[in-house]
Amino acid sequence: MNPPFAADLNLRLCHSCKLSCSLDQSPDSCPRCGARLHHRKPNALSRTWALMIAALVLYIPANLLPIMHTSSLYKESSPTILGSVVQLWRGGSWDIAAIIFIASIGVPVTKFLVLTLLLVTVQTRRNLASCRDRTRLFRALELIGYWSMLDVFVAGLLSALVQFGVFGVIEPRLGILFFGIVVILTMLATLSFDPRLIWDNNHDHE
Amino acid sequence: MNDGRTNNQAGDADIRTRRWGLSLVWLVPIVAVLIGLSMLYQSWQQSGPTIKITFQTAGSLTAEKSPIKYRNVVIGEVTDVTLSKDHKNVIVTAELNREAASFTREDSRYWVVRPRVGAEGVSGLDTLLSGDFIAADPGTSSKRSETFSGLESPPPVTYGEPGTRFRLKARNLGSLDIGSPVYFRKVRVGQVVSFKLDESGDGVNLDIFVNAPNDKFVTSDTRFWNASGIKVGVNANGLEVNSESLLSVLSGGVAFGSPPKSDDTPADPVVTSDNQFQLFDDQDTALAPGKGPSQAISMRFDQSLRGLSSDAPVYFMGKKIGEVSTVSLDYDEQNRTFPVIVEADVYPRLMGKAYRKLTQSQSGKNSQKDAVLMMFDQFVKQGLKAEARKSNLLTGQLHIALEFHPDDVSETVRMDTSGKVAVIPTRATSLDKLQDQLADLVERFSAIPFESMAANLDGSLAELKKTLASVNNDVLPSTRTTLEGIDELMSQMKTTLQTATDSFAYDSPERQRIGQALDELERMSRSVRELSDYLRRHPEALIRGRPEQDSTGVTR
Repeated sequence: MNPPFAADLNLRLCHSCKLSCSLDQSPDSCPRCGARLHHRKPNALSRTWALMIAALVLYIPANLLPIMHTSSLYKESSPTILGSVVQLWRGGSWDIAAIIFIASIGVPVTKFLVLTLLLVTVQTRRNLASCRDRTRLFRALELIGYWSMLDVFVAGLLSALVQFGVFGVIEPRLGILFFGIVVILTMLATLSFDPRLIWDNNHDHE
Repeated sequence: MNDGRTNNQAGDADIRTRRWGLSLVWLVPIVAVLIGLSMLYQSWQQSGPTIKITFQTAGSLTAEKSPIKYRNVVIGEVTDVTLSKDHKNVIVTAELNREAASFTREDSRYWVVRPRVGAEGVSGLDTLLSGDFIAADPGTSSKRSETFSGLESPPPVTYGEPGTRFRLKARNLGSLDIGSPVYFRKVRVGQVVSFKLDESGDGVNLDIFVNAPNDKFVTSDTRFWNASGIKVGVNANGLEVNSESLLSVLSGGVAFGSPPKSDDTPADPVVTSDNQFQLFDDQDTALAPGKGPSQAISMRFDQSLRGLSSDAPVYFMGKKIGEVSTVSLDYDEQNRTFPVIVEADVYPRLMGKAYRKLTQSQSGKNSQKDAVLMMFDQFVKQGLKAEARKSNLLTGQLHIALEFHPDDVSETVRMDTSGKVAVIPTRATSLDKLQDQLADLVERFSAIPFESMAANLDGSLAELKKTLASVNNDVLPSTRTTLEGIDELMSQMKTTLQTATDSFAYDSPERQRIGQALDELERMSRSVRELSDYLRRHPEALIRGRPEQDSTGVTR
């Protein structure tokens, strides 16, 4: 015997304070915190799509443009993300290269792939196991989302710290801004996705 | 959404949906796309032409890093550095900025700026830290190109630099090189831009660039000379060391100047760029007064002319008017002799005033060349003869002397087959005479009977030796005995003298006796004086004898 759905009981969950509100008493807003009540996050799918596409578009300049400009006495360089990874790898510090690669390439690309997968498959009928997998994927997505900001922090820290005039100056470049926007957009996209949608088409329990 | 569930809420009026089907959130990707498009447009607008430059070596050129600069402004960037297919060159692909499109002109030049140390100084030191970069110089051609071959060294002169190029013809390059300075009155006014061998291979063509406004000092009268090295000379004032500058001593240089103006040269127009000049070997030859057109003369000598080199001077009455051009051997079949044919170029204008006077009298009738020939004709009629004379007794170098011998007028000047070379009659020279005299002298020397003289001398010497031996054996011992006798004599004399000294000693009896004798003598002389006095007064006393009483009353 499956427990009843909230909709069956005419209940809705407040997004803000997670209070179960009865539609009979307060049909419009949460009686405790006053937030507006929705059955699901409004426009979840189209918002997620929009934000993800924006992030995808901006991910192109984020990777093509240099993220930093380092100038020292004998050398000037303005590497892109991949360029700096290659540089570090060749320089022997493969560990740092790996971290930066995972944080700036691996994580965003994973996010895009997972979000696309979820968005595409959310409306199709699935069995229980696959729905569980998708939920787990979504939780993982939330978890790793902010690690991509590592790059932005590194660039910000370096350009704040390394200001030695002729001997060495590091300045941020446009690429890091785009990269930051990409990370924020992907996080917003993850936020605007409602994982309950995964289960809405699952009727195995019925 | 599930229809069944919405049906459960039927009648609820509070479910709000947006009026538009399209959510505002779609603005976000639209903005993102717009940003991307604007960046694309910007980069498309900025991107200029792509060129390929070939170099022999890439140096430290790096893709995506090495800039292309013009007047130290970045106008492009190296995008790729690859080997050429035949592995002989390096192909550098570079992307120019949009506004640098004029750098694709066909004659644009590219070269790598790297640190260079030369005689002129050190350049490109900043590239030690910043890495090499490519410098560009936009051309002027109207044609465009995408492939260029890069210069290995920076061009000494860039396009658009005000000034004038001149071409110098030199016999050899000397110590000149690209970048060697050009001096005018010891002020650096330009430099050597390029050099290459003449097509015929018998000279070097040098291109020099004289910066404005100093290029106006180059006139058609200007002479260029090689100012490399130090000139050391000894003259009446002592040792003289001369050089343009220390730099030119090290790396060579070209100097120019104008010879002192003579009154018959016309005013000099400023030359145009295509004017060519000769590069003289030194200042003296360069600034020598204008030689004017040359006249070839030919002379036939029936004597050996060893020591006559091909640039030996030709003197006319002691004034140098030309140089020997060739010395060749001919064969006279009739006499079976080998006459020497000497050809020389003379510059009649070097005769100075004489030339002007002589040609003035003939001008009008003929061209200058004919006038010169007629002048030589006149000279030969007056007895002009060529002689080969020694100019240096030590090295035996010869020169040609043209002098008049009115007692030996032979023929008129003959022309050779071409009608351009004047044949000057020659004369058995003082050289021949000198040789004859020398030969005579040598004969006389050889007539001297050196052998018998030597034999006689040998005999005499033997006699002398014998005589000396007899002197040694006979004369010397007797001499010794004589000397011994002399010694004995001397000792005897010594004793005699000793006795004499002793006898004159202060307390010797001889001395006392002498003193007494002297006293006696004094007394005697006194009585003699008295006697004489008496006799003067009484001369009669000699006859009568002494009276008893003195008449004067003087008593004794």
